Amino acid sequence: MWYYEKKLQYPVRVRDCNPRLAKYLIEQYGGADGELAAALRYLNQRYTIPNKVVGLLNDIGTEEFAHLEMIATMIYKLTKDATPEEMKKAGLAPHYANHDNALFYHNAAGAPFTATYIQAKGDPIADIYEDIAAEEKARATYQWLINISDDPEINDSLKFLREREVVHSQRFREAAQILIDDRGKKQFY
Amino acid sequence: MNQSNTRYYYPYISPLDPCPPIVRKSYSTPPHLFMGFQPPNLEQFSTAREALFSGTLWPALFDPYPPKKGREEA
Repeated sequence: MWYYEKKLQYPVRVRDCNPRLAKYLIEQYGGADGELAAALRYLNQRYTIPNKVVGLLNDIGTEEFAHLEMIATMIYKLTKDATPEEMKKAGLAPHYANHDNALFYHNAAGAPFTATYIQAKGDPIADIYEDIAAEEKARATYQWLINISDDPEINDSLKFLREREVVHSQRFREAAQILIDDRGKKQFY
Repeated sequence: MNQSNTRYYYPYISPLDPCPPIVRKSYSTPPHLFMGFQPPNLEQFSTAREALFSGTLWPALFDPYPPKKGREEA
């Protein structure tokens, strides 16, 4: 089970009224390499992986939900005060037609989230290597978002999130090494 | 029971919000929500033309939806 703390992992500030930015940020909300995909992937894989790395998947999967909440906060702050006309001007008319100003799990191009974005192969090496790749792809996505955002306060939060991807990737690489090294075996000399 | 066709609520407004706030948000509560099983012999529109243009035979089911244009008054 989980305990909920009613605060964000890292503060989210939005300086400019720029609803268009939400259209891009949604990639990390419901996209293939987004936080939802990451959280669901790790929390599901943890059941069928050697004990030594279950805790890691549990902790990182949980943190991904904290990231999801930060992204949601950015998107909500950018769009909650937009009128239908302002949504249209921001290029969000297709979103408005389906969702009003609600958030939804889809990517920047509007394709809805699907479980085909994630995998649980049952093979520990395959699963951990997928997780490493996912972290690198999420890091890259944050880079592209930072590159097209000119809001310094949003970028501050995005840089924090990008850094977490770097750390997660490193921890997964260590997990892979643990699985490869066979550290559970008693050594006889 | 309040049977008006619109409900209002007032979401949290942060002093740090980037955009000018929409203080009051609204959602639709059209007439069929309150009718239950439709009673027999409801009053009908007096002309077929009126009924056709309204999309219903019965004024009690007619919901004139006012399109949201801009920021609603608080």
